[in-house]
Amino acid sequence: MSDTPNSYRTGPDERGHFGLYGGRFVAETLMPLILELEQAYEDAKVDPEFHAELKSLLAHYGGRPSPLYYAERLTEHLGGAKIYFKRDELNHTGSHKINNCLGQIQLARRMKKGRIIAETGAGQHGVAVATVAARFGLPCVVYMGCTDIERQAPNVFRMKLLGAEVIPVTAGSGTLKDAMNEALRDWVANVDDTFYIIGTAAGPHPYPEMVRDFQSIIGQEVRTQMMEAEGRLPDTLVACIGGGSNAIGLFHDFLDDKDIAIFGVEAGGLGLGNPDEHCASMNGGKPGVLHGNRTYLLQDDDGQIIEGHSISAGLDYPGVGPEHSWLRDTGRVNYVAVTDKEALEAFQLCTRLEGIIPALEPSHALAHVTKLAPTLPADNLLVMNMCGRGDKDVFAVAALLGVEM
Amino acid sequence: MTTRIDTRFAALKKDGRAALVTFTTAGDPDYDTSLALLKALPAAGADVIEMGMPFSDPMADGPAIQASSQRALKAGQTMKKTLQMVREFREGDNDTPLVLMGYYNPIYIYPVDDFIKDCLEAGVDGLIVVDVPPEEDEELCIPALKAGLNFIRLATPTTDAKRLPTVLQNTSGFVYYVSIAGITGTKAPDPSKVHAQVARIKSQTELPVAVGFGVQTPAQARAIADGADGVVVGTALVKIIESGLDDAGKCAPDTVEKVTKLVRSLADGLTSSETVAAK
Repeated sequence: MSDTPNSYRTGPDERGHFGLYGGRFVAETLMPLILELEQAYEDAKVDPEFHAELKSLLAHYGGRPSPLYYAERLTEHLGGAKIYFKRDELNHTGSHKINNCLGQIQLARRMKKGRIIAETGAGQHGVAVATVAARFGLPCVVYMGCTDIERQAPNVFRMKLLGAEVIPVTAGSGTLKDAMNEALRDWVANVDDTFYIIGTAAGPHPYPEMVRDFQSIIGQEVRTQMMEAEGRLPDTLVACIGGGSNAIGLFHDFLDDKDIAIFGVEAGGLGLGNPDEHCASMNGGKPGVLHGNRTYLLQDDDGQIIEGHSISAGLDYPGVGPEHSWLRDTGRVNYVAVTDKEALEAFQLCTRLEGIIPALEPSHALAHVTKLAPTLPADNLLVMNMCGRGDKDVFAVAALLGVEM
Repeated sequence: MTTRIDTRFAALKKDGRAALVTFTTAGDPDYDTSLALLKALPAAGADVIEMGMPFSDPMADGPAIQASSQRALKAGQTMKKTLQMVREFREGDNDTPLVLMGYYNPIYIYPVDDFIKDCLEAGVDGLIVVDVPPEEDEELCIPALKAGLNFIRLATPTTDAKRLPTVLQNTSGFVYYVSIAGITGTKAPDPSKVHAQVARIKSQTELPVAVGFGVQTPAQARAIADGADGVVVGTALVKIIESGLDDAGKCAPDTVEKVTKLVRSLADGLTSSETVAAK
């Protein structure tokens, strides 16, 4: 925390490290594939054709750029900062996940991989993967924890309609971590033909870098759009953090704009007092190694991973992308946590005031905005990433509110 | 520095037979049964003992070994207890090589330097840590080697000719050839393919090569052993432990006996194969 880097945007190093974090902690069977993927990504990065194709897909298939919307009534209601939503919930498939999936499927095609696998928590990534797999005619298998299958039923059906095979994972508590274990096992067993589309900015190098790069379009658009709207850059950025892909997507372009305050909002579940009852790995965990990278993890004193809990399936993960861990330690980003209850209240507030039903994931970011905005002056430009829409959550929210449908 | 592993493989080479390497998870289904089994393994014919350090998220393991890890953790197994088990084993056996196998996080948290020190003091001979590839060698491999532990690396069907030297570079004790692209105990390896791969590895190293990940029966072990220096059997042993559990998770009194019986038949199979081959 003492030495401030000249730039926060140069990582990772050539071995995939963001300071202490990141790396390539995988079994030998996967190591040659990881190296092959890294090479393919390095080649694609400098290939104008790759970027042109991706740009076209993002625009005409994904619906980019997503609007930057001034949330006038929420701003009035909270009385403070001027609140903008980056509306990535309007993307095709309803979240920011499509940005990354279009990038990775293009890589899979370059690498001539004929089968796609993925893990999913809330099902937003699973739906985005199933969508791009359908679009390019590739068979697709999605691993999803059985707890999540229950609470995100609409997305399960969407994936099936799109032609994906959804495999329920019963191990552990049947959430995102267990789905990721199972996807990794599938990959090890099908190394020759399979491309693993990881949904968040975590996993072994080059995934954290690659997913961040594909999501960074969010922040790049905000920069341009805010200049158009207000003639200057934003003052405050807020995004929710599970693995942290939407957040790093918003933050990355602004990391070196040192006057901008940046907040990542973790899932505080039932409160940070008990490690079983939240998913705030950076507020309540410690560094460890899981799923191919070193990062903050919820774990016990013996290094066993703790399942955690969140109302939001998409944030219900005991780890976080390694770049966030590094940004936490350097102090560049402030990582806070909000509870299930606060997220649920923000969900309802936004729906009523703005006519936008947010997913439970960005409802966490919204909950922090409701606390933060009133403390800021009216000329403070605050951007919150509305990274997913809440259609998938309405049944779960109804149940939580005790409403029979 | 010669370790128990080096000595044992050299002796077996002289005898002209492959080593039987057994895998069980420390603390599965409970500490006492697991320790009793550990103590009984050498007499039953285990030449090298691999003991799993239970982890909540064993990514390279199939359902049987995942379940064994869960049972051990549920019964209260910790890294300290695993090392205590090794200490108790060493009180009665100073010859049989013992290798700890597992995942990095519990070692990282221990932390690494203390873990290596405690391993040496307890009588551990080597480590197999699935998720620390050569690219991350300075984390654990180099300090372990310097301290005098063997660091046994996995080579797999995806380890091609270009990569093999990287894998072999800091490996000691023996090379563990993973006979299938997959997780433990799921697919059956094809002996002819395995033989070719083992030959390829042996052309690049003086180290013994043991083969594992899909070997379950004495017949398979015999077929795989041909051309290799050792065969690893784990899932089949762990499944016996699982089958002896009652609904409350309590294990049957004859569990150790049943596991050692399979170990004996596996060992007999390896011995007779070499006898046949010698004739």
